[in-house]
Amino acid sequence: MSIINNINKLFDHRIRLGIMSVLMVNEYADFKTLKELLGATDGNLASHTKALENAEYILVEKQFIGRKPNTRYSATKLGKTEFKKHIEALEKLIKKT
Amino acid sequence: MSNEDYLKDISEIKDLMNKSSRFISLSGLSGILAGVYALIGAAVAYWLVINHSGGLLYIFHGWVFWTCMAVLAMVAILSVITGIILTTRKAKKNNEKIWDNSSRRLLLNFLIPLVVGGIYCLIILDQGRYGQTGGLMLIFYGLALVSASKYSLGDIRYLGYIQIVLGLIASYYPGYGFWLWVIGFGIMHIVYGTWMHFKYDSK
Repeated sequence: MSIINNINKLFDHRIRLGIMSVLMVNEYADFKTLKELLGATDGNLASHTKALENAEYILVEKQFIGRKPNTRYSATKLGKTEFKKHIEALEKLIKKT
Repeated sequence: MSNEDYLKDISEIKDLMNKSSRFISLSGLSGILAGVYALIGAAVAYWLVINHSGGLLYIFHGWVFWTCMAVLAMVAILSVITGIILTTRKAKKNNEKIWDNSSRRLLLNFLIPLVVGGIYCLIILDQGRYGQTGGLMLIFYGLALVSASKYSLGDIRYLGYIQIVLGLIASYYPGYGFWLWVIGFGIMHIVYGTWMHFKYDSK
């Protein structure tokens, strides 16, 4: 049963999985890049990043590039570990059945 | 969620990881053409040297030297132009942006070793150590490929290794530098381009 425990409810959505996937292999990604990669709407992406931010899986940095506000995201250490656990659990689940 | 959903999740994760960190629209055909240009250029240089420079492949002088340099530059420029055109076309087909974070990173990591090598080759040429340039070009080009491979199709790493080995051999046997250059820039490009073309483009 321990395998099932590692399936993380917080990642149980394709947009959230997507955000984490991108942030696993990139140091940073900004809002626009994530939006394009995931094909999500502004509101949708914002609510999912918020959820991941609240869990402290990702870090949000707001800054200005010239005069334009820019929000960029990075994965925290906790987020990376949890994501890895989640993927391993997924893989085991698939192999088992 | 069913098993299939999990599988779909995993493949989507992989896809996103690749798409967000690698620029994969390199064209195999441009590799083949670059190899062909290199072979033509090498043939021209060979002919010039045999007929006008006493047949010694590593001793150039006067106008023969400058003509060979011009041929080399032509080969490089043509290869780059072909590469840009074909890659842009493929990126459009793949719905990938030609100028984004991943292509910028790819270009930067490719150019750093390449530009350093290019400058170094010019210095070596200026010192009259012509025999070393063939090997040096191969070595630095190989390093550039290895360094770029992290940000593109991983396969180009092996092409890089081959170029580095050829380059090291050429540095040890400068007399064969020309032929190793022909193998590296000409034949290997054609072989590799063909392989990449069938592996990725023809799908």
